[in-house]
Amino acid sequence: MIKVNNISKSFLGVEVLKDISFTFEKGKTNLIIGKSGSGKSVLTKCIVGLFEPDNGEVYYDDRKFSVLKPKEKKEVRKEIGMLFQGSALFDSLTVEENVAFPLRMFTSMSESEILERVNFCLNRVNILNNNSLYPSELSGGMQKRVAIARAISLRPKYLFCDEPNSGLDPVTAIVIDELIQEITIEYQMTTIVITHDMNSVLEIGENILFIDNGTKKWEGNKEQILDVKVKELHDFVYVSKFLKKMKK
Amino acid sequence: MIKSLGKYVLMLYHIFFRPEKFSVYWRRFLDEVIQLGIKSLFIVTLMSAFMGAVLVIQTATAIESAWIPDYTVGFTVKQSMLLEFCPTIISLILAGKVGSNIASELGTMRVTEQIDALEVMGVNSIGYLIGPKIIAALFIFPIVIMYSMFFGFFGGGLVCYFTEIISVKQYLLGIRTFSGDNYEFIKYALTKTIVFAFIITSISSYFGYYLKGGALEVGKASTNAVVYSSIFILFANYILTQLILI
Repeated sequence: MIKVNNISKSFLGVEVLKDISFTFEKGKTNLIIGKSGSGKSVLTKCIVGLFEPDNGEVYYDDRKFSVLKPKEKKEVRKEIGMLFQGSALFDSLTVEENVAFPLRMFTSMSESEILERVNFCLNRVNILNNNSLYPSELSGGMQKRVAIARAISLRPKYLFCDEPNSGLDPVTAIVIDELIQEITIEYQMTTIVITHDMNSVLEIGENILFIDNGTKKWEGNKEQILDVKVKELHDFVYVSKFLKKMKK
Repeated sequence: MIKSLGKYVLMLYHIFFRPEKFSVYWRRFLDEVIQLGIKSLFIVTLMSAFMGAVLVIQTATAIESAWIPDYTVGFTVKQSMLLEFCPTIISLILAGKVGSNIASELGTMRVTEQIDALEVMGVNSIGYLIGPKIIAALFIFPIVIMYSMFFGFFGGGLVCYFTEIISVKQYLLGIRTFSGDNYEFIKYALTKTIVFAFIITSISSYFGYYLKGGALEVGKASTNAVVYSSIFILFANYILTQLILI
């Protein structure tokens, strides 16, 4: 479980996050949704510690992140897997080396154990026989899968996914969403997915936080979101004329 | 300016943090030795051989006199190559090749969130990415410069052989003249090289690592890395020459 309490963050005097509190539950796919520029990525970066919030606290289970010593923060980070918007695979490493990277860096596993774990993770995301390819030789969907394999290689307790299906076709996007949900349940992780894709919201949105203009406007789940009364969220969900007509 | 200097010093400070795993850093160091040193040998060979060749022709033409012995050409070429051309000019060439490579590599990693990925994993990204580059350059650049000295003399020798502007025997005699000072000159050249290696890798890494923006900024960072590295090499060259030779 990850809990954020009264998080605020400003850049050059512009308040990007205003007093956001929310609990991301274990074993569920927790979604942060909102328009582009609403503060979703900033909130995530505050949670993982890439940005330091101006106010507020982040708790990883019972551990208050801001008061941890640098060494303890590193330990927390080893429990985090992150899937970046552009996959962020290391260009100079092959698929196998990318997935093996956290294992080589943080464990004392032997090379054969590392290879076994790498193949297990790659099989889990349905990447077969591509171990020696470089990221530039993979399609966008395959890069995302490899990035997921890398993120789960250390058996993380917390998984962050920044717009996991951006740039993917709808079919591949749903496959990636389902994969994230499956591994969340399988490994009982606390998964946080940032998205503005309504397909994802309706597919995997078990616990949803809606942010607009840096402010928390709504929380709920995929069943509740279609009947929402909050204007900003309503406009976000029913943005197309087709959906508006369907609702009427 | 002060803020940039502070960031640069902080960057250097982070390099000295304990590596997460020594074996991974060792592999990075070896990769960087190949990337920064071995892959620069082709251009260094070409540059050095042609510099040596041109120096022989220029010197022989300039001091054509019955009163000056032919071996003076070899001696002048040796002094020029050892003291200035190999350590400084080759370092400036390396600032262009290696510096832009480092800045664009790190800049692209920043833009594509690869550096963020390292940080989220709990890796000291500065130590992992920049540390091995600096250490590899400090190790391999002096070797590259000695290699450059050899090819500089070799290029000069080839010109003597093919054009007979002076005899090869006289050229080699010139190179061996006052050889007692050679050790001091090589020490001076290698000291300069080590300082230049640090300047090139640390300044280029700074511009790449702290890049903000997109593809356009990667190009700008690459240019800045070369320009600033070259300027600092020239300053350091003057200061070191004054300190060591005078």
